[in-house]
Amino acid sequence: MKDSSKSIMQSQKLILKRKGLSDTKLLLLITVSLFVILYILSAILFADRNFAKYSVFFNLFNNKAYLLMLALGLTIVMISGSIDISVGGVTGLVSMVIATMLVDSTVSAVWSIPVALAIGIVFGIVQGYLIAYMDIQPFIVTLSGMFFARGMISVINPRSVPITDEMFMCWSSARVYIPFLYNVRRHGTHDVAYLTPAAIVAIIVMIVIIIMCKKTKFGRSLYAIGGNPQSALLMGVNVKRTKFLAHVLCGLLAGIGGLLYTLFAPSGNPGNGYGYEIDAISSSVIGGVMLSGGVGLPIGTFFGVLINALIERVVPLLGIVDASWPRIITSAFLFAFIVLQSVFARGTGRRLTRSRIT
Amino acid sequence: MRFLNIRTGVSIKSGLKTIAKSLASSRLTFSIVILLIVLVQNIITTPTFFKVSITNGLLSGYIPNILDEASELVIVTLGMTLVIAATGGVDISVGAIMAISASFCGLMLNGSEYRTDVFHNPYILALLIGLLGGALCGVFNGFLVSYLKMQPMIATLILFTAGRSIAKQITHGQTIYIMNPVYKYLGVQIPGVPIRTTIIVSTVIIVIMVLVTKLTSLGLYVQSVGINGSPSRLVGLNSRMIKLMAFVICGILSGIAGLVGSSSIGSVNSGELGLSIEMDAILAVALGGNMLGGGKFSIAGSVIGAYTIQAITTTLYAMSVRADQLNVFTAFIIIVIIVASSDVFKDKVQKLTRKVFSKNVSVGG
Amino acid sequence: MNNEMQQNKPSLIMEGIGKSFPGVRALNHVGFKLRRGEIHALMGENGAGKSTLIKVLTGVYLMDEGSVTLDGKPIVIRSPQDAQKHAISTVYQEVNLCPNLTVMENLFLGREPRKMGFIDWRTMNRKAEELLQELNIYADPTAQLDTCSIAIQQMIAIARAVNTKCKFLILDEPTSSLDADEVKKLFTLMRQLKDKGVGIIFITHFIKQVYEICDRITVLRNGELVGEFEVESLPRLELVKKMMGKEIEILSDLAVNKDESKYDGEVPMIDARDLSSGTSNVAPFSLKMYKGEVVGFAGLLGSGRSELVRTIYGADKAVQGQLYIKGKDGKIKKPLDAMKQGMAYLPEDRKADGIFAELSVRENIIIALQAKHGLFKRLRRKDMERYADEYIKLLNIKTASRETPIKSLSGGNQQKVILARWLLTNPEFMILDEPTRGIDIGTKTEIQRLILKLASEGKSIAFISSEMDEMLRTCSRMVVLRDRCKVGELTQTQLNQNTIMRTIAGGEQ
Repeated sequence: MKDSSKSIMQSQKLILKRKGLSDTKLLLLITVSLFVILYILSAILFADRNFAKYSVFFNLFNNKAYLLMLALGLTIVMISGSIDISVGGVTGLVSMVIATMLVDSTVSAVWSIPVALAIGIVFGIVQGYLIAYMDIQPFIVTLSGMFFARGMISVINPRSVPITDEMFMCWSSARVYIPFLYNVRRHGTHDVAYLTPAAIVAIIVMIVIIIMCKKTKFGRSLYAIGGNPQSALLMGVNVKRTKFLAHVLCGLLAGIGGLLYTLFAPSGNPGNGYGYEIDAISSSVIGGVMLSGGVGLPIGTFFGVLINALIERVVPLLGIVDASWPRIITSAFLFAFIVLQSVFARGTGRRLTRSRIT
Repeated sequence: MRFLNIRTGVSIKSGLKTIAKSLASSRLTFSIVILLIVLVQNIITTPTFFKVSITNGLLSGYIPNILDEASELVIVTLGMTLVIAATGGVDISVGAIMAISASFCGLMLNGSEYRTDVFHNPYILALLIGLLGGALCGVFNGFLVSYLKMQPMIATLILFTAGRSIAKQITHGQTIYIMNPVYKYLGVQIPGVPIRTTIIVSTVIIVIMVLVTKLTSLGLYVQSVGINGSPSRLVGLNSRMIKLMAFVICGILSGIAGLVGSSSIGSVNSGELGLSIEMDAILAVALGGNMLGGGKFSIAGSVIGAYTIQAITTTLYAMSVRADQLNVFTAFIIIVIIVASSDVFKDKVQKLTRKVFSKNVSVGG
Repeated sequence: MNNEMQQNKPSLIMEGIGKSFPGVRALNHVGFKLRRGEIHALMGENGAGKSTLIKVLTGVYLMDEGSVTLDGKPIVIRSPQDAQKHAISTVYQEVNLCPNLTVMENLFLGREPRKMGFIDWRTMNRKAEELLQELNIYADPTAQLDTCSIAIQQMIAIARAVNTKCKFLILDEPTSSLDADEVKKLFTLMRQLKDKGVGIIFITHFIKQVYEICDRITVLRNGELVGEFEVESLPRLELVKKMMGKEIEILSDLAVNKDESKYDGEVPMIDARDLSSGTSNVAPFSLKMYKGEVVGFAGLLGSGRSELVRTIYGADKAVQGQLYIKGKDGKIKKPLDAMKQGMAYLPEDRKADGIFAELSVRENIIIALQAKHGLFKRLRRKDMERYADEYIKLLNIKTASRETPIKSLSGGNQQKVILARWLLTNPEFMILDEPTRGIDIGTKTEIQRLILKLASEGKSIAFISSEMDEMLRTCSRMVVLRDRCKVGELTQTQLNQNTIMRTIAGGEQ
């Protein structure tokens, strides 16, 4: 008796398995294949640009380490069903504060780390409190946060400030070469792939976030409240606190992102970080995070960032010099993926309300 | 004695309650109060406040200046009002739409040159093309919101960031300078008319919007859809169409604002035109006593809200605050207004007052 | 022996429960007894107090008076958490799980097995598989929940409740969105739990299901306890009578012409043939309605009567069958089409589907007419005011002025405003879904008179009410629905409470 039920179960399971991938995995698969296809395409189209080289690949990431931080922050809040568009502003603010702080070299560059983190956390706490506990639309709150940050940049310093601090520049220009990953140049020298310290920090943070999302109670609560906050509440999840912490974490990541950005482009500039929120959102969305919440993986966001970096690298090669094109193309990608998501959402909806006339 | 005390307690309580209620119910009073404070402050600090003179054949002075500077904001705010009322969300792409539509117009007039004093196309045609650009942007936003069911703010985020880049591409990445004096008709002055055209345009548009809400049932439809979608459908309203329409109107109005703005400086600069105007427009709608959650709206409120903000801005400029620093202030006010009107906050205040009053009564007894 | 004793002795006892809301006494001295290992149906029509009683038991509401004892010991339930502590779990009609998570996560969310602080997925998988196997639920623990059918989701919700070691399980209309096969599966699971000694409270609108699975029935009516019965000792008809009340008297002054033969040869106003919509699960139905006729739609709550009329109106789009209006194909795709052909629909849920809370009485009255006229043909302000005043007077709507927001009116007056809204469009066919619910007696009679008057003016009216006497007073014909199926039409001599209740109850008598 029990055996038979077991075998039925097994067969049922097979049927279920055959039904295919979950939304999450399908979206991830689309992203990864998109990146691979784009990369191979670029390698073929621009054979002279060495896309096959390790160093080119790694530089793609070195240049966008900061974006990975912002995008991971967005991923977390978007999974929880919220949004944060202040991250670009915070990035700009952090870089301006660091630049201004280091301008006469009286303060040690080490201080830039706690300052960056503190700015991010303060934004996260205030915005998170208003969104989670005061129940105000996240978009309005973080839009205000963005304008506040942008305004603060010019309150602090309306002009460009280059960073000359020795220690900071040392961090900025350091390269960690990776053994074995090199290509031999035509005249015999080795072109070794390297990571910047910023990229290493980004990778470590990403691993922590991946583990958090998969393996901790907080991580799973994020998905639960993004999927159905009402149910999550009934199932014993502290919805408000989870949402609050998601925003604090996003703020913290924006702070780190600001620091990494300053390492990448060591100067304070009133235009810094402009529009980065859309880059971060589109990286997450292209990486398979649903705007409606509850679906998405941090590793997908990683690929989203790589796609973003690739677009930025390839578009100038197409002979388009203007810096605004990559953003237009990224937005077009974002639009396409949003449409894709809405198709997905409808598919799921249909499954739930399939007609039951008997 | 005891009775009396309780009774006064009660009457004070009810009195305060009604005052609080009427204040809360018409937040337009709030806007008017702020406007008055700003005006009084200005009257005290600038003795020439009411002075109106004619220089270069134009009315000038403090008040005409504010009216002139506010015109773009007023026009955009009217569109924003409709979007907020119909969808309960905001359109943050209005500034970008301004840039796009001005770029279209500039392209029509200048062709491939970046500086010219000869129009390549009739001026009117160029203006219409510009408006068409704005309308198309509105259609795009509206489509995302009403047919793909996206949150308005996320939908308009796409154009918010991509819009200026698109505008820049339309003008081949350059700032276009249009030297033909006719171009300045719309944004500065039509020869012989002593009032700045911006003031005329914004007034005309306010009048048109009032007429539209008076002569068609757009206002009623928008409010119904914004309040509750389900009965709207049952009484035969097409809420998708109405939301789309709100976005299209908002797009067209932003387009007009863009044309006016670029005309008044005589060039098309896609990076600067209407920068961060979306924030001011949202604030204006909120100040005008409209619910940001959708539903009831008042054109008059929004207009007063917009002029209030311009008065504040002008005042702060006079105190040598820079334009980009102003954002700090705007963001702060928005949050204060929204927090003050949020249910959680009202709840907390109510609990607090009840506590205070119950204490009073017990002391009195 | 001992075991049997325990089986028969009530374990969870609610006594003298009273609960009032502003203006309503929802529960008046109600008692309820639940034994271990039984399935106990809680029955009652609208406003009977079922959901209030359940909410008191699960700690959503605090009771005003009364006591709850568990195995002889008094317990206090102040929150849903308290209820869970006492091993009382609830599964609601709409599945309260997270559709984006896997089956096993939904089973274990909040109490995941952990290893060194991190979630132990392997153990979770194993435990989930064990649990599902134990309850014979065929679902893959690693599948995303929304890939499962509603029935499986429902069962997973139950499995989650069972896994918290619940002794008492409340199933609130779990079957309303399941098909026959899925219901069977659910019942198997319920029987298993029963055998394990779980006490189950089963709330449903399907009488057939009650007789299929339940041991006892407790009936509530108007917040009062009617009684507790063994299923075997209570025939269906008696149950329906107990639920609906039986004191029905037909008022002489509202006499209705119940002669049907006069419609012979006339073109019907509404002629639905095998009509069915995609979203509701009402079986395809055919129906004819004539001018000057009031047709009642009788059936218990959830029998599909509202869904049926919504399909006629186009509020739920028909996917099958034809609808002829005055002999012509209606081609109704959306409500506006129906309105243009002279239909009007007063929805069941006034708050959610009827009123525009912030709009004024005037705007609420003219909105349907305005929608019919279109965007550009705006009614003149003067006309609007005249219409509003006219109907405020005609229907005796009590409002401070025509510009008062409708939300500050009482329920009955709001209902009259919506009636005015539709009367203003001068419809030929009106659908009135529970127009008298939550309204004082005086207004009720007014609305009934109005219905008869409208019919005598030649309008055709579809009337739904939970109150049998109200329908008997006004209707010349009745369509009866049971379990989402049109099961009969009653005319003339058949229009008495006995026949109607027998038809509603169905099955063996």
